[in-house]
Amino acid sequence: MSTGSLIAIDGLSLGYRGPAGDPRLILRDITLSLSPGETVGLVGESGSGKSTLALAMMGYLGPGLEIFSGRVLFEQEDIFALSEEARRKLRGKRIALIPQSAGQSLTPTLRVRDQIDEALRLHTPLNTAERRDRLDALLHQVRLPPAVEIADRYPHQLSGGQQQRVAIAMALGSGAKALILDEPTTGLDVTTQAHILTLLRRLAQDAGVTMITVSHDLGVIAQLAEQIAVMYAGEVVEWGSAAGVLSAPAHPYPRALLASIPRLDAQEVPAALEGVPPLVGDPRQGCAFAPRCSIAKDACHASAPPIQPTDHGTARCFFPAGMDVAPERLQRPQSPRRTGVLVLEARDLSVRYGTGGLFARLLRREPRPDAVAQVEVQVRGGETLGLVGESGSGKSTILRALAGLTVPRTGQVAIVGQPVAASVSDRAIKTIQPLQMIFQNADSALNPRQTVREILDAPLRLYFDLSPDETVRRLADLMAAVRLPSAYLDRFPSQLSGGEKQRIGIARAFAAEPRVVLCDEVTSALDVSVQAAVLRLIARLQESHGTGYVFVSHDLAVVQAVADRIAVLYQGRLCEVGPAAAVFAPPYHPYTQVLMGAILTPDPSTRPALLTDDVIEGAPLSVGCPFQNRCPHKIGSICQTETPPARRFGEEHSIACHIDPATLCDLTSPDTPAQRGGPATTDLP
Amino acid sequence: MLQTIFQRLGLSVFTLGFVSVVVFFSVEALPGNICTAFLQRFAEGPRLERCIAEQGLETPAIQRYGQWVVSAVQGDFGTSLKQRREVADLLAERFRNTALLAGAAAAIGIPLALVLGFWAGLTRDRPSDLAISTIAMLAMTIPEFVTASVLIFVFAIVLNWVPAVTILPPSAPLVDLLPNIVLPVVVLAFLMTAHILRITRASVIEVMASDFIKMAQLKGVPERQIFWRHLAPSALIPVVNTIALTFAWLLGGVVVIEQVFNYPGIGNLMLRAIYDRDLPLVQAIVLTFALIYVVANLLADLAMVLLDPRIRSAQDRA
Amino acid sequence: MVARPRSSGTGGPRSHLLHRIMARPSGVIGLALTLFHVALALLAPLLSVHDVSLPNADTINLAPSWEHLMGTDSLGRDVFARVVHGGQLALMVTACAAAIAITWGGSVGMLLGVVGGRTDEIAMRFVDAMLSIPSLAFFLLMASVVGGGAWTIVPVLGFFYGVAVIRISRAATLQVAAQDFVMAAKARGERTGTIMRREVLPNVSSILLVEGAMQWSWMLLAFSSLSFLGYGATPPTPDWGLMIASERGLLAVAPWSVLWPCAALSTLIIGINLLADALGKALGVDRTREVPG
Repeated sequence: MSTGSLIAIDGLSLGYRGPAGDPRLILRDITLSLSPGETVGLVGESGSGKSTLALAMMGYLGPGLEIFSGRVLFEQEDIFALSEEARRKLRGKRIALIPQSAGQSLTPTLRVRDQIDEALRLHTPLNTAERRDRLDALLHQVRLPPAVEIADRYPHQLSGGQQQRVAIAMALGSGAKALILDEPTTGLDVTTQAHILTLLRRLAQDAGVTMITVSHDLGVIAQLAEQIAVMYAGEVVEWGSAAGVLSAPAHPYPRALLASIPRLDAQEVPAALEGVPPLVGDPRQGCAFAPRCSIAKDACHASAPPIQPTDHGTARCFFPAGMDVAPERLQRPQSPRRTGVLVLEARDLSVRYGTGGLFARLLRREPRPDAVAQVEVQVRGGETLGLVGESGSGKSTILRALAGLTVPRTGQVAIVGQPVAASVSDRAIKTIQPLQMIFQNADSALNPRQTVREILDAPLRLYFDLSPDETVRRLADLMAAVRLPSAYLDRFPSQLSGGEKQRIGIARAFAAEPRVVLCDEVTSALDVSVQAAVLRLIARLQESHGTGYVFVSHDLAVVQAVADRIAVLYQGRLCEVGPAAAVFAPPYHPYTQVLMGAILTPDPSTRPALLTDDVIEGAPLSVGCPFQNRCPHKIGSICQTETPPARRFGEEHSIACHIDPATLCDLTSPDTPAQRGGPATTDLP
Repeated sequence: MLQTIFQRLGLSVFTLGFVSVVVFFSVEALPGNICTAFLQRFAEGPRLERCIAEQGLETPAIQRYGQWVVSAVQGDFGTSLKQRREVADLLAERFRNTALLAGAAAAIGIPLALVLGFWAGLTRDRPSDLAISTIAMLAMTIPEFVTASVLIFVFAIVLNWVPAVTILPPSAPLVDLLPNIVLPVVVLAFLMTAHILRITRASVIEVMASDFIKMAQLKGVPERQIFWRHLAPSALIPVVNTIALTFAWLLGGVVVIEQVFNYPGIGNLMLRAIYDRDLPLVQAIVLTFALIYVVANLLADLAMVLLDPRIRSAQDRA
Repeated sequence: MVARPRSSGTGGPRSHLLHRIMARPSGVIGLALTLFHVALALLAPLLSVHDVSLPNADTINLAPSWEHLMGTDSLGRDVFARVVHGGQLALMVTACAAAIAITWGGSVGMLLGVVGGRTDEIAMRFVDAMLSIPSLAFFLLMASVVGGGAWTIVPVLGFFYGVAVIRISRAATLQVAAQDFVMAAKARGERTGTIMRREVLPNVSSILLVEGAMQWSWMLLAFSSLSFLGYGATPPTPDWGLMIASERGLLAVAPWSVLWPCAALSTLIIGINLLADALGKALGVDRTREVPG
């Protein structure tokens, strides 16, 4: 244990007690040492114990948790040996937290000013006037616009990004030596995320504080950490420099994890990491990862692996960096498949929400602008159309309108060439059957009171007239198709893991023998390693059934992995439509360019490009280009007054922008310094 | 914010309108009419005719409803059939007495409920919480007339500290009424405290589990400051609504309590009016109850708007 | 975020219900009190030798003795006999009314929750307006219109408490309806009836069951209050509320004829209330936020 460390964790094991008083471990034998000014990332999937470890560094244990062995030293002081009062004084003053979802963590009934001031009053000797100056300086430091009086607002009046900045200002205010960032950008849009990360990275450089970032996202960690601790099932399985761990991981878990991340530069479905991590608190023998490990030997199952040195740190593995197995990746056909029949077509689709209550109509309020305007959708059998956009882009609304769950204001939907009614309740059952849906959150998409059998039986009962024997056979086939044992038919959803639940959701959609399936953010609630397996399953089913997909996601890399054609949406308007390869290559629509620039990769040498401010958009604009307020290439009043035309850029590729094609090609070509992958010079202005 | 208030006002008017319809037409629905119900077997000949003429029963029901509502808005509820007095005068006198009772109960009950509710919520599942919650459950489930009977037995009969029942006329000066309200106020306050403290406790527990309390702890804010600045304002928001609801709901309880103690309040008047089948008076009283409920709710809405910045600025964002 | 083990899940949701109710003291006490009173009501004729309604001038206001365990009342009737019979009517009346309230309130609430939109919005305005009338005042108004009497009050109780159930049932349904599995059923083309029966009902049935038990206890409270005021049970029916009302003038002389019915009535309502509470906790229904109507 080096004496120069700021935070030292020494053989820490903590957890809760089972009904019989038996210890159930959440963290197991963790030893880490953090130097002053170092930036460290704790990365792992849900249940890995990363947040629990971070909070333990602040001397905080969740309700019901206790320490079974080991210590946490903060500047050589054993935190858990201190009195509660001394621990309270330590928190905020010497080590501060930037919480996950700042929106929930700011007190709703206090103005932002009072909350930051509270931290200053508690932890600094400043007087009232000095505190006011400091507060202004802090807000400036986190780049909150001074024009609007942010400080006098309540938390709910701020956007997600602004709330996060307030939380950062609050943590900085006390001049703490260490900052803990718990999933600092989870739940934010990609462009906002890029801004917050850039801000945090700069603060770490300028202020010289120790920063401990907790995240499930290797892309985020790559931006914020020099050292990485990879956690799995309560253990640190690999520790080392960010560059080393992310480029050449020694432990098989981070290796598999990295392989399961979809990459923009490869049009393929990433390798899946099969299986699930052990349950938190379960007794354990051997290596926790052994059941999912591709190189596990008998020894791995028999006894716990030792911590061994690697090129860039340490790993908890018998065979660090040994026996590399090339990850199997599922190549997708490169040529877009435009040969199948048109299974889904929608023209001029516009949706408007809230015609207003009785009150609004009495006051003769202006109707709200369309949430989705004049969208065209075409999907052929065997083809995937990806819909990408940030929150509020209307991508889920489009799916709902296609499925008839929301009645569009204008537009006509045709399923397999047959025009259908706007509302699903007016559609004939025969026209509903070819169009099925898979939902984002499998937890809520499966009725907790029904067994898997009942869930899968519903579409069979509705669409087909099967004999009991045929039903049994069909159910078995479905389970086999989604690679689940038939015994699961009698389970309730609560007895399945997240990935398994999503497989049932997929099986339910395919039970109807659909021609086209609407996939609504189907992997965004899943861990990365599970996501890859689900993406592969979806791709395989498409291959064998020739199904068309509309695949909605906020994650460009995920869409890139599965889509043949991509439509980029902003505020319910189509910005760019075309074959995946064309959309992800210049020329771009300015918004596509912004989105591409904000994408993170698990590579510390790349930086997101910030091409535009993270302004909050209100309701969609009724005139002009929807992107006019944020567009880095805005050319003038034409953008404000006229709806941009969809210009053709080659076969099937169109961009809705006023900028003439040649200029647009120049502006968004890779030579422009603002392009991603370039040097990280494009910080905030 | 202004729109929110107007919306609530509109709803209140709607509520009162609906209640007036229910009250008026449920009486219309009965076989016969107000006069036959009142006069019972004497409902014949000139007596019935005189009553019908007085009540204006020849005109169609819709028209009478209109007149009833218009005059009710002006504070005129017609004449009591039995007591031959202006209903409004009767109500005013009795209302004063009930307000004294309810006001005293609220003055004791609300602060007590808040203190006990916060205490129970902060010491969740510990002995203090269990004791408070158990007593609250008993207070809510045991009928008021049982509690009252036991209290009368103990304090008026065995100990002889207070009078068992009131034997004063409705118009007696407030000072004379004071010794008589001790037991009814205790019973009412007991009930009121139980309801409000239950919601307070639940609200405190819910807020304690929220991220912003955890954040305040991790920010190093002292316990006392967490309580006053971070916890209390949020925890009180649902409580305000409950206070209004409970207040209105207790009006039902007042009927029983006033009957037990023979207290000359509005509930007592209602029972008498029902006994006399004095339907114009009954209708006016039920409408008054609804009015009190609506006003209490409106006040609660206003208080919520003041307490909760999220409601206050709901319009800024929409 | 503290990691917690995945829920192990329970196969049959009702499998060990009784076990889980009995797991907490309130459940044991509640169940015991409720069963005791139900048994008492059923076995009443076997327990008492004296006539419940026949006045006897020789035995007026006698103190408790071996002959009259709980003494006699102002009409010389045996209090013990009247107390053991006194719950029959109230239990039956309120159980019927509770069943009516849950059935009509539950189904209307579910329908509104599933259908939603303008229909729901308008219907809820009426529900809210209805609830602005204090329950007892409403019952008294109805009693003055249709006349009192135990059985005429059943539809009135059932209707009015059902209005309160609509709110609860609708709120529960809305929570279920917001889940994707209901959207999935709609997207699949299921009919509203099927969605209510297969998707919604299994998820709100626990809430309705607990609510039914709770409403039962509130109705007992209301019914006994009405009896006390003279608009529920009619003399000479042995009923606790009525007994307390008619004997309380003699509290100073013969307290036993008031205090025993008080004890019986209170323990029954407390018992059902505790049972409902334990049932709610056993089924994982959170109803701390609700105020009884």
